[in-house]
Amino acid sequence: MIELLLMNGYGLFVWSAFAFTLINFFTLYIIINRQLVKENKKFELKFNHLEKIKYKEAYKQRTNQVLVSSNAAQKI
Amino acid sequence: MLNKIFEILKIISLSKLTRIIIFSLFVIFLTLGLFESLLLSPEDYIQSDAVRIMYVHVPAAWISLGIFSFIAFLSLGIFIFKNKNFVIIAKSFAPSGLVFNLIALVTGSIWGKPTWGTWWAWDPRITSMLVLFLFYILYIASWRLFENDKAAKISSLVAITGFVNVPIIKFSVDWWASLHQPSSVKILSETTIHSSMLTPLLLMTAAFALFSVLIFLMKYNIELIKIKTKGLDRL
Repeated sequence: MIELLLMNGYGLFVWSAFAFTLINFFTLYIIINRQLVKENKKFELKFNHLEKIKYKEAYKQRTNQVLVSSNAAQKI
Repeated sequence: MLNKIFEILKIISLSKLTRIIIFSLFVIFLTLGLFESLLLSPEDYIQSDAVRIMYVHVPAAWISLGIFSFIAFLSLGIFIFKNKNFVIIAKSFAPSGLVFNLIALVTGSIWGKPTWGTWWAWDPRITSMLVLFLFYILYIASWRLFENDKAAKISSLVAITGFVNVPIIKFSVDWWASLHQPSSVKILSETTIHSSMLTPLLLMTAAFALFSVLIFLMKYNIELIKIKTKGLDRL
């Protein structure tokens, strides 16, 4: 176990390179996911506050249908 | 034909199931890649265990180069086909490309210290990778600084101009005296890296590629939602 950590004296370099990579992955994923949730909420709020005629018109669009259904699924 | 492809891409990016599948595949490949690169692969006879940094450095550099080339290719498509879908796709690939470029630069610097004795050198490949990083920054900044149509044109010009740097990065080790060794993994001729090292390298590359696809789909989804939210105002 200690051998794995020390890696013949190169442990600090190897582990820091891998840690930097994984931290960047995690950070990027969190940032993008937060943006996605925020934009989803914005869309949902606007969509649910549309007048009945406009709501029907907007619901005809396929992408809107998918977005509404996926948001509903996320609530569950 | 193009519109059909874009329609399929829209449905794929909006589907949560697709993201779950890609995320699961990413976790599987990353776990296998980490296991292979940190535990199973042999140490190098000169660099010893420091060689393991290659398994994050090289895939990150490959993916960042690949993404920028793809963005430049799409940017050319923006001018030729005048199709807004090219713009959204190109824009959605940029964040992961930038992060992979940063990973390549930083892990390269970490690798440089034990092997070359320095954190940084103005070596042709390192310098050209830094130039690519600046082009990524310019590309993303142009989206923040300008309005939609203008931003699409300016960012596309940045990407096309920046593409000139891609062959420089690739061939810098052949054209100039460089601290970097010539490429060991080749598509057209025989690969000179042993399979015990090639396996973790390919596994990590697959994991990184899956991660960039995942981030792309999420970002593409965000851009679509933004457009659709704006569309609701126009009803």
